[in-house]
Amino acid sequence: MINIFLRRLMYAVPIAFGVSVVCFSLVYLAPGDPLQTILPADASADTIAMVKAAYGFDQPLPIQFLKWLGRVMVGDFGQSIATRRPVILEVSGALYNTSVLALFAVPIAFSSGFSMGAIAGCFPGKWIDRILTGSAVLGVSLPNYWFGIVLVIFFAVEAMVLPATGMGANGSDQFSVLRWSDAQYLVLPVITLSMVPIGIIARTTRAAVAEVMNQDFVITLRAKGLSEAAVIRHVLKNALPQVLAVMGLQFGYLMGGSILVETVFTWPGSGFLLSKAIINRDVPVLQGTILMLALIFVATNLLVDLLQSWIDPRIRRT
Amino acid sequence: MSNAMTLPQQPAKEQAAPKQRGYWGSVGYRLRYDPVTVFFGCVVLAIILAAVFAPLLAPFDPYKESIIGRLKPMGWKGHLLGTDELGRDLLSRLLYGGQVSLLMGVVPVAIATVVGGSLGIIGGFGGRRVNTAIMRTMDVFYAFPSVLLAVAISGAMGGGAANGMIALSMVFTPAMCRVAETATAQVKNLDFVEAARATGAGTLTILRYHILGNVLGPVFIYASSLVSVGILLASGLSFLGLGVKPPTADWGLMLSTLRQSIYINPAICALPGVAILVASVSFNLLSDGIRSAMDVRL
Repeated sequence: MINIFLRRLMYAVPIAFGVSVVCFSLVYLAPGDPLQTILPADASADTIAMVKAAYGFDQPLPIQFLKWLGRVMVGDFGQSIATRRPVILEVSGALYNTSVLALFAVPIAFSSGFSMGAIAGCFPGKWIDRILTGSAVLGVSLPNYWFGIVLVIFFAVEAMVLPATGMGANGSDQFSVLRWSDAQYLVLPVITLSMVPIGIIARTTRAAVAEVMNQDFVITLRAKGLSEAAVIRHVLKNALPQVLAVMGLQFGYLMGGSILVETVFTWPGSGFLLSKAIINRDVPVLQGTILMLALIFVATNLLVDLLQSWIDPRIRRT
Repeated sequence: MSNAMTLPQQPAKEQAAPKQRGYWGSVGYRLRYDPVTVFFGCVVLAIILAAVFAPLLAPFDPYKESIIGRLKPMGWKGHLLGTDELGRDLLSRLLYGGQVSLLMGVVPVAIATVVGGSLGIIGGFGGRRVNTAIMRTMDVFYAFPSVLLAVAISGAMGGGAANGMIALSMVFTPAMCRVAETATAQVKNLDFVEAARATGAGTLTILRYHILGNVLGPVFIYASSLVSVGILLASGLSFLGLGVKPPTADWGLMLSTLRQSIYINPAICALPGVAILVASVSFNLLSDGIRSAMDVRL
């Protein structure tokens, strides 16, 4: 197991390196000079050269990248152009708020998606399969930013039972999931966030379960006289590695891909921070947030790889 | 061969049907008896036609504003679906909006299919080093959640429809590349390719006649399943203000500007999202149906 861990880690490190290269180059995708936002329009050539030297922009790109990487390694992502606060503080605060959403959305999405897919996969072609598979397609194709708005219309505008947006009167610093006056702000975003992962996980689980159901060993189990529940347990265990891979991806999406949902609910998480950074053309924040989220994504995939080889010894050999 | 040519055509009709069909014949046969796929295929066709012929179908000018006619309910003064926050006819804007939304969803998939597909075939067919270089680079882009990568690239490039399409192409290319690489690697070592090489076929001939034929199926199916994602992501980018600029009609952008009016006329505000949902569900189910009819596994 240690060997596998080291091998997967060896594989993840170059990817993390590549991810940081992509994040670094984001600055250079931006039209115009990265210093344009700081410098006054009438700056003299001397001033420009001086500021360039101060920010290190006069050095060749590989050197700039290595210096940037060195700073990132110790958690220095630079300063936000909009708020002048260190990017790391902005990002960590936002990540915390997003993880509050994920804390609820992940168990809801994973358990309901998995059970929907498992039930559908055990009865392929039956009416229950059709209903569940149909709902899963709806979940997969759902524009969740629109679904969030619809929920707001129903529960906040018409019925007025739940708040529409934000994190409550206490603000994000004193937010507590144990107080209903705060926790009620979670309900709509969490439901909205869960929809797409439920659909994706249900579809994957159904496909995996239906596939395993067709394998010969299932007939053997039945022939041996195992109860249906025991057979299904064996089938689910064999379908699990495939499902786990997708769950890992979905966890990554819930941590980072929720930018649209957080924008709809003005939830001050990592996605909302990103959309603010885009509006303000705040490149350091954009860069820092995306790097952090991508690294979380890489780490999640590493973890899933390990979990898979722990559950299914056959994967270890490849 | 000559035997098949001289066979009389008449009696064949009455015989057991499945044996007579070729591959595409049986795909068509399975599709005809799949009412769900046929229905959603028609919906997709209707959506595309509605967008293409928007100038003929739209009852009003989609850019004509009216101060007194803002956010009116459905059916008000001939506005079948009501009016938006600037008094523009919503039905007309939805029809015109389909043009941008479909284009922004489909073009990146097409670009990614060509670029990612070629890279994948090169990676799968080429040597170990070429494969490592291409696939590890793709892995890096795979390490970003798709929405995040799309937002990051188009956000850094400053938004706009063209940048959005570039960003989405970059999001889809790695996935496309993986599908093509897997399919190529599976076919490359099969006996018939070996046989072709033994009879003196060059690399290009093998690629053209033996690899491409076997790779195009999975690639095409995967691309068709991406169209739905493309429409969702493209509208999402517009929703964030990273797509077309106002006043251009686009479903995502309409949803974003109408969002401010949910307290005045909620039913109208939700309509652009319904258009996105219908388009994405239809493309998704059509793709599912074609996949099972073509019997392709991804």
